[in-house]
Amino acid sequence: MTELTATHHAATTRDAGEPQHLSRGKVGISCLIITESFFFMCFIVAYLYYIVILQVDDGGPDPSVIFRADIMVYIASVTLLSSSVTVVLAARALAAGRHGRFRAWLATTLALGGFFLLATVLEWKHLIGDLGVWMDTSSFGTCFFSLVGFHALHVVIGLSALGLCLLLSLRGHLPQAQAERFEILSWYWHFVDVVWIFVFTSVYLLRVYI
Amino acid sequence: MTVRPQSTKTETDTAPAGVLSRVHEWVTTVDHKRLGIMYIMAGLLFFMIGGIEAGVIRYQLSYPANPAIDPVTFNQMFTMHGTTMVFLVGMPVLLGFGNYLVPLMIGTRDMAFPRLNSWGFWVFLFGGLLLYYSFIGSSGLYGDAGAPDVGWFAYSPLTSRAFSRGNSVDYWTLGILVSGFGSMATGINLVVTILCLRCRGMKLMRMPIMVWSMLITGFLVIVALPVLTGVQVMLLFDRFLGAHFFDPQLEGSVLLWQHLFWFFGHPEVYILILPAFGFISEIVPVFSRKVIFGYNMMVIALLWIAFQSLGVWAHHMFAVGLPPSLNAFFAASTLLIAVPTGIKIFNWLGTIWGGRIIYATPMLFALGFVGLFVIGGLTGIMLATVPFDWDVSDSYFVVGHFHYVLFGGTLFAIFGAIYYWFPKMTGRMLSERLGRWHFWMLFVGMNLTFGPMHVSGILGMPRRIYTYAPERGLDIWNQMTTVGYAIQFIGILFFIWNVIHSLRKGRRAGSDPWDAWTLEWATSSPPPAWNYHPLPVVKSRRPLWDAKHPEDPDSEYE
Repeated sequence: MTELTATHHAATTRDAGEPQHLSRGKVGISCLIITESFFFMCFIVAYLYYIVILQVDDGGPDPSVIFRADIMVYIASVTLLSSSVTVVLAARALAAGRHGRFRAWLATTLALGGFFLLATVLEWKHLIGDLGVWMDTSSFGTCFFSLVGFHALHVVIGLSALGLCLLLSLRGHLPQAQAERFEILSWYWHFVDVVWIFVFTSVYLLRVYI
Repeated sequence: MTVRPQSTKTETDTAPAGVLSRVHEWVTTVDHKRLGIMYIMAGLLFFMIGGIEAGVIRYQLSYPANPAIDPVTFNQMFTMHGTTMVFLVGMPVLLGFGNYLVPLMIGTRDMAFPRLNSWGFWVFLFGGLLLYYSFIGSSGLYGDAGAPDVGWFAYSPLTSRAFSRGNSVDYWTLGILVSGFGSMATGINLVVTILCLRCRGMKLMRMPIMVWSMLITGFLVIVALPVLTGVQVMLLFDRFLGAHFFDPQLEGSVLLWQHLFWFFGHPEVYILILPAFGFISEIVPVFSRKVIFGYNMMVIALLWIAFQSLGVWAHHMFAVGLPPSLNAFFAASTLLIAVPTGIKIFNWLGTIWGGRIIYATPMLFALGFVGLFVIGGLTGIMLATVPFDWDVSDSYFVVGHFHYVLFGGTLFAIFGAIYYWFPKMTGRMLSERLGRWHFWMLFVGMNLTFGPMHVSGILGMPRRIYTYAPERGLDIWNQMTTVGYAIQFIGILFFIWNVIHSLRKGRRAGSDPWDAWTLEWATSSPPPAWNYHPLPVVKSRRPLWDAKHPEDPDSEYE
């Protein structure tokens, strides 16, 4: 056992290589993001297959119900994507120890994400409440609500985690030393935004322009 | 990172209190070694259950038109047998070994996320219990009780409400879904541990092949399992929210289930075999007294197999009528994957070649693995040929094929690994005499069980059918298979007796009973909770060789 440990430190430094710099948290969140991406892939594939490629016509509501929707979804998309910028600014502020700025940018992020969620709620209210569209009414309903719904669920999770950070920060429990953890959380938030790009493209763009 | 073991009161230091407090220690532990052992134990328990289910199948098929069990029970038996062996035996035992060995082999004190690790184990276990609860709890509102009976890949629309009343399919879906979360957590944990926690000097290309195989398996778990989760969620939506994913009467596509399931299912096969490759790559060099032949190519072959395993899934679907272009693509990619696999086989042979071979039980299982896996691989190449597959698809030929790779391959590697690392885990050797009995009974029984299946399959015996007619000429082949099962059963009894006996009376192992070279043999058997103090520093792929032979260290040559 003793032979295995460093006795001649100077001699072994070069050979032993640098100590590992990879952060457990960052590698871990990257793995989680890969996992989640493949999870979303199932629902994107289902949407593309049934709605965009086959254009299944089962007599129930089809995508036309959302094209009439409105400008709202475009505004909401811009809002959500902007929140990726604000969360970076928040992470940088925390890393620099500027807590006031951090809270301001974090609150902005929450507001932007919250607006996106509100837009989803209004859209669903319109679809379910006014038009009576749901998973069991057509293939479109099945694919739309499962895909958009799982994305919205991830927005909720992300907002909860970010909201918790704001709460902790306001109570003084989020010191500069935790900046890396917040950065890791911000990666997750970026992921939620990137998924939306794919969802938005599949659901709101492709069927219009193909 | 300073650890003072002298002042740290560890779990093993506590005075031998009552049974309850020992149970409490194991239940609340976050130690990768204890969790690894619990994974393996739970997996072996499910192995016994799944084996008994196979016994019911073999009893029913032991002679034609046997009235012993009804078709529904038969369907439940093969469904639960397959599901159990894949999700509750193969994965937990292999990931359990990963859990136990990876931190030791890379010279660190625990996994990257110990509590996540504990969570993963318990989620897996309760997922398995949930699946088995279906035997008594799945009657639902329709009085349609019993275990799932839709086959382990649960093709739709068989799983729809119309054809599977009661809740048995829901137990299958939820049980697998829940234990899948545990597997994903473990996959992430393995990848992070290996990438972030290696000791000084443990460069990637110095890691034992076993660690490489776990890293790559971890990636495959991360990529494949979420697809299973997604497709199970779709099935739940279909069954509970009236969604239209897989219902052909509502414009759903049953092919989507097959594509998504096998996009998970084929990498899953490699999740079950890559760690086995890792075990063999550790055992063969030690018992041939040689360095592993072609380390670099072994690593490249692992990466190649893992990458390509994501592009072969539709070879499970040749018989459903895909376009010829797709069939050709998947046939070609499947044939091509034999190349890296062949590289591994030849590298093991190259390692054995000219070595001073020690026929200890781990090596017997490793040699058995190489032979049996090659047979399974060759029938795999036959099945990758589309016209041949059309002829024998869903016949016992396929059953024989995948049992040669999963039983002769994975399970033989698992038993080899148990004989090899049992001394490290418990501090005692397993009996060599009983081990030989175990090996030979299993080897003979295994070939007698699964060899004749190829014949009965070519003669036209379909899988998943509860009986066969007397005039088909299938009797003798089925009877050989059933006799083979009995011989294997006795072999497993030798194994159980060996474990129970050796735990109490086995020879003391010492830290390095096999004169091996990887790091785990540098610490005591069983290792202390902190594994190493101080943490080791390595300069080559065989740190213990360097320590034992300072005049001729490996580091001079690598």
